[in-house]
Amino acid sequence: MVKVEFAASLRRHVECVPQQVRPGSLRTVLEAALQAAPELASYVFDDQRAIRKHVAVFINQQMVTNRSHLEQPVESGDCVLVIQALTGG
Amino acid sequence: MQTLLVASRKGLFVVRGTGAQWAIAAHHFAGDPVTQVLADPRDGAWYAALRMGHFGVKLRKSSNQGATWTEIGAPTFPPKPSEGPLAEDPTPWNVDLIWSLSPGGAAEPLTLWAGCMPAGLFKSEDGGQSWALNRPLWDDPRRQGWFGGGNDYPGIHSLLVDPRDARHLTLAISCGGVWQTQDAGRSWTLTAAGMRADYMPAESAEEQNTQDPHRLVRCAAQPDHLWVQHHCGIYRSTDGGERWQAIAAPKPSGFGFAVACDPANAQRAWFVPAIADACRIPVDGKMVVTRTDDGGQTFTSFCEGLPQVHAYHLVYRHSLDVAHDGRALAMSSTTGGLWISPNAGEQWHCVSRDLPPVAAIGWA
Repeated sequence: MVKVEFAASLRRHVECVPQQVRPGSLRTVLEAALQAAPELASYVFDDQRAIRKHVAVFINQQMVTNRSHLEQPVESGDCVLVIQALTGG
Repeated sequence: MQTLLVASRKGLFVVRGTGAQWAIAAHHFAGDPVTQVLADPRDGAWYAALRMGHFGVKLRKSSNQGATWTEIGAPTFPPKPSEGPLAEDPTPWNVDLIWSLSPGGAAEPLTLWAGCMPAGLFKSEDGGQSWALNRPLWDDPRRQGWFGGGNDYPGIHSLLVDPRDARHLTLAISCGGVWQTQDAGRSWTLTAAGMRADYMPAESAEEQNTQDPHRLVRCAAQPDHLWVQHHCGIYRSTDGGERWQAIAAPKPSGFGFAVACDPANAQRAWFVPAIADACRIPVDGKMVVTRTDDGGQTFTSFCEGLPQVHAYHLVYRHSLDVAHDGRALAMSSTTGGLWISPNAGEQWHCVSRDLPPVAAIGWA
């Protein structure tokens, strides 16, 4: 299984405990995890279902750089972490 | 006791009071940018549009004057086509900002309209739970002629639903002119004739589709009477926007963003002048409000209670609002000042000079 965890800065708005979901593409993994908290999806994805530009997604320690094409495989034992990127203001 | 909602860069403030006594009574969404507010006169519900730097546009609703808030649906663009002419649309199909919110007509209690940046118009028929993009306006090829005024993309900042016929909407776009529908959004007409854009090449200065109306308001009692604070001056229409008349620039300046119109008297309107587009500060560092009582033929400038020494406040397009009584007037600045006048702008009382930058205000 894949562990998907959302940072506290996201859970401040919509609570979601760490999820264990089946392996698959990054998109299917994220979508599966967000089924536990559908309202959180609009915080992670923009209108075109790309990762928001000020949200960062890591697969283990590797940051995902392509925000639109999320077809890379996530394997059993991997950990996906969704955080807010750092911005000013 | 009157209530004013103040949407700021760091949350929503609720201000209550009367006459010369006003105070901040509540602070919601502390730290989060609020870009627009609506107190729906049909049922008293409050709406707050948030623009979270990391997490996008959100919409919150309260049915108990802020005691509790619920997140409701926010407008979102449909998937951008990967084929056809819109596949090459240079405008992002992502809502970046809810810039205007308007209730539908009295007979359609669940209808809401939202004007956004980029300039999509969205309609909800279920009280804001879900939203649909108005395709006739979005798909109009003339949209490609619009451009952002001080922003990367054009946006819809003013939305007026005709109190006589809710199928008639008038909206204003920076920079894209004034548009109207008579059939609830199925078809649209560009109605900015008479406006002049001095920032354009001379031969296209009167092109309607590239006008920059900073703010559009109407007289509630005389809905065919409209006022616009335009990038290049003040305009008025007495025929529902079919034709616009330029108003001679009042002293100290005709440049500004905000305008408010007396709900019962179309001849009376208020403006908050700044020097010019290239210098957006009060003339001589003295903050004033100008008012016309005769349809723009003459203006009076009021300063009592406003800062008159090294004052550099700018009042943005949604930060001047008149209450339903036509007497209480409020304005707020991008540098955190908030003033309220109990007597139609003639004297002002400072509520705070320490707020975050204010994006919008609205009387509840």
